[in-house]
This record gives sequence, structure tokens and C-alpha cells, in this order.
Amino acid sequence: MSVSVSNDALLQFLLRMGDNTLILGHRVSEWCGHAPVLEEDIALANTALDLIGQTQMWLGLAGEIEGGKSADDLAFLRDAWDFRNVLLVEVPNGDFGRTLMRQFLFDAWHSIMLGRLMTSSDDRVAAIAAKASKEVAYHLERSGDTVVGLGDGTEESHTRMQEALDYLWPYVGEMFASDEVDAKIVAAGIAPNPIDLREEYDALVERILTQATLTIPESRFAHKGGRDGRMHTEHLGHLLTQMQWLQRAYPGAKW
Amino acid sequence: MYAQMVKSEASNDDPEKLAEFQARIDADIKIEPKDWMPQGYRKTLIRQIGQHAHSEIVGQLPEGNWITRAPTLERKAILLAKVQDEAGHGLYLYCAAETLGVSRDELTEMLLDGRMKYSSIFNYPTLNWADIGAVGWLVDGAAIMNQVPLQRTSFGPYSRAMIRICKEESFHQRQGYDAIRKMAEGTPEQKKMAQDAMNRFWYPSLMMFGPSDKESVHSAQSMAWKIKINTNDELRQKFVDQTVPQAEYLGLTIPDPDLKWNEERGHYDFSEPDWSEFFDVIKGNGPCNVDRLAARNKAWDDGKWVRDGLLAHARKKKAGNLAAE
Repeated sequence: MSVSVSNDALLQFLLRMGDNTLILGHRVSEWCGHAPVLEEDIALANTALDLIGQTQMWLGLAGEIEGGKSADDLAFLRDAWDFRNVLLVEVPNGDFGRTLMRQFLFDAWHSIMLGRLMTSSDDRVAAIAAKASKEVAYHLERSGDTVVGLGDGTEESHTRMQEALDYLWPYVGEMFASDEVDAKIVAAGIAPNPIDLREEYDALVERILTQATLTIPESRFAHKGGRDGRMHTEHLGHLLTQMQWLQRAYPGAKW
Repeated sequence: MYAQMVKSEASNDDPEKLAEFQARIDADIKIEPKDWMPQGYRKTLIRQIGQHAHSEIVGQLPEGNWITRAPTLERKAILLAKVQDEAGHGLYLYCAAETLGVSRDELTEMLLDGRMKYSSIFNYPTLNWADIGAVGWLVDGAAIMNQVPLQRTSFGPYSRAMIRICKEESFHQRQGYDAIRKMAEGTPEQKKMAQDAMNRFWYPSLMMFGPSDKESVHSAQSMAWKIKINTNDELRQKFVDQTVPQAEYLGLTIPDPDLKWNEERGHYDFSEPDWSEFFDVIKGNGPCNVDRLAARNKAWDDGKWVRDGLLAHARKKKAGNLAAE
């Protein structure tokens, strides 16, 4: 590493990456067996599987840095205030349109972020990003195609996709928020400043949403509080209740 | 995940063509979609392959029930991968059925309105985490017993789908066994979960082979056509013989006081499942029949706008491409 960075800042950064993939992977896995068509069941399971695999890498490294913790300890034994995912990934699935719109809005950020992280000054971060970016390139292609197909499909599918975009848009801004943790991470060359990804993101999202004949809301208002843990949505607690149940009910058991 | 054998359909075909067809089957020449085949052969295969495909699809539900509660990231990933494989099996099987002249949508509608069945095993609930191990170990184990011989079945596309499916199923069975082993070797509560899963899944797993068919005329026809290779009883015995030592190794008790090794036969003697329960479940009275079918219907109905939307977009794109040419 070129510039030393406090373990705490690095840990926060890793939790932000790993909690995003963990919580979104969980949400996507809720679709299992309930998708509109068999190919979508397969694709959703595949996306969830990739995201859980990435979680194992990000939280695995976070646990090492925290000292002797496993990815499972972090996933299953923290409470809501310790989670560092953006609010976007914890909002409920809604209909298939909202799920895919959320996936697209996240994939677009994720693919740009991972591309930058491949040149991270921290080799471990760069290695995870290199592996994950291949998977995420496919996620983005698929979610982008589906958003275009449904946005420019029937009148009903168009209306539903516009509603999904209107609902989710206020959760987009948080992915580009910066704080002191980011400042330290940027100074150490570990990751880019989130705000610096916005231009590329806007260009990408605008291109796809235009093809989808959808209108991006004008307001840039952003709900925040997930990536710094200050204030999650009410939904996260319920998600954790389900996800963590066995580990909480039978402490110390090996599975 | 599972091929439940169906009864063969009667045929009313030209005897000369039938004899020629039978000669090909006897010579182990695969029947391909464009070849002549008896109506009964075609209908029996559509029912059997369709039912197998439906079982893969409905089978996502009892396992999906635990994906969001899987106790570790690794177990969650393994379960996701397994359910994804099963949806993939459904896809190859629907494709194999389509070669016989029935569309996936037609088959789906027949599942949703109850005209076609899926394996009854999926009408049982998954109540604790060890059930996920038991489903892999016992249910996939029983399914493999049925499916391994089907790799040699006479209809080419079905046989080829089965070869691919069997590879993945063997892997699932090992993963299931590993999951339940971990629990059988774990805390007293985990052992209790493992035994509870064993108690509930043992007899339903034996039922997966179907009632005794020694005297069945339908089975004889299916066996002559090599749609079916072994009798239900042969496969059930093989499953019991394979599973008892595994259960002993795990320290789990099989819920059958009459289970014992028969030196003379060289096989285990075991109690028959309660066949009245089996017929009840087939009639729709299993613990989950109504909910499973309702979940599939809801997924299909809720997804209509998505399928319509994507189709409309594909048509617009095609029209746009044609206009540009």
C-alpha cells in the first residue's frame, strides 16, 4: 500500500461493499420459485449467487482486518446499526419491475465502481474487484436489457417501470455520497471518491433509460443513512430477523 | 429433481409399424423426434417428461423456503446453486417435451389448472434446516435411483437430458448428505432437527417410487418401450439398501421398527409406506398441495405483464429491424 490507512476506515469501506452485496443478494434470493418465467428464475438465482459469493470475499477480508472474525460472523451476528449498505438495496422487492429497476440502478454503479477498484492500491481489494467485475458486467447487461424491454414493452409494463424508477430514484444519490471514511480511503489510493463516479453513471443510466422510453425524475433529493449506519429503513430489521434467525437461535452451532 | 413414473397410454396403431418400432427399441436404437412413434408412446412420454419438468419447477418452492434463512453464506450459496440447477433441469425437460409436439406454455397451463401432476414429495413441507439436507440426501437420492436407468431410455432427447441431469443430481445428493451430517454430528438441538427431518421424509421418499407395479399392464408396456427400465419395487429396494448404512453412519434412526437385514435375500426387509396417504396426497390432500399450486399460479399471473411486455418489445425491435433493411 502506498499510503497507510487506518484499519477502521478500510473496515468501513469493506463493510460498505460487502453489505451491499449481502443485502441485495438476500433480496434477490427471495424471488426463488416465483419469477414470471423460468429463464428469470434461473437468472435471478444466478445473480443472487454471484452477490453472495462476492459477499464472502468482501466480508471475509473485513473479518480478517477486524481480527479473527469470519464473513459469517459479520453477516449473521451484527445488528442493523452496524450494517453499511446503501438504502437502495434494502428496499423490498415490490413487483418484478421494481426488482429489476433496483438491480439496474445498482449494477450500473457497481460495474463502474469495480472497474475503478481493479487498480486499487490494495492488492486484496483489486483482486476481489477483478473477479466480481466479470460477474457484474453480465448483471448489468441483463438488468439493462430487461429495463429496456419492459420500459418499451406494453403500456402496462411501461407504466410499472416508470413507477419503479420514480420510487427508487431518491435512493440513487446515496451511492455517490462522501464522508471522512471516503476521504481516508481516497487518500490511500484504495478506492475512488464516490462523487467522481456520478458523471459516468448518469451517462450510462440516461442512455439505457432513454432506450427504455422512461423519464428520469428531475429531483436530485437523496435518502441517506445506510452507508454510514446513521439511519436504515424499517425494512432492514425484518430482513435480518429472517436471515440471522438460525445463528441467533442456536449460538455456537456449526452448520 | 424427480421423475415419477406415469402409466403408459393405450395405443391404436398399425400393427406392422408397431412391430418395426418395437424392433428398433429392442435393438437399442434411440427414437428421435421426427421418427414415427405410436400415439401411446408419444402421449406417455409427454406426460412423463412434462411431469418431471413440473416437479423441478414446483420443487423450487420447498427448498426456496429456506434460502433466506440458510445459516451460513456457504450454505446459502450451495442452496441457491442447487435451486438454479433444478430450474435448469426444468428447462431442458420442457425442451425435450417440446420435441414431441407440445409447447412449454401448454404444459404450464396443464400444471396450473391441475390437469398435470408433479411429484407428490413436494407437497410435504420443509420445517427445519435439516430438511434441506434430507431433501438432498433422501429425495434426490430416491430421484437418482429412478433417473439413472432413464439415461438409457429409448427416446433420444429424454435420454440425453437425463444424462446431464443425473450428473448434477449426484452432486446435490452429496451436498445434502454433507449438510445433514454436519447436523447429526452437531449440538443436541441440531441432532433433534436431523432426526425430525428423517422421521418426516423417510416414508414419503419410499413413496416416490410409486406403488408396487409387479402386476401392472401399463408398466409392462412402458418397460417394453424402454420408457421405464426397472419395476418400482426393484428401485425402492435398491434405495433402502443404499440408505440404511448411511443413516447408521449418521447415527439417525429410520422410523421403521421392522427394518432389518435379511441374510437369505441379501436385502433389507422394510415396512411399506401408508399407501392411503400416498393416494390422498395425489388427490390433492397433502399438507402443501393447495399452497404449492397457488404459489405457482400467483407467479404465473403476476408475471403476465412481464411476459407480455418483453414480447411486445421483441416484436417492436423485429419490426424496426425489418423496416431498416
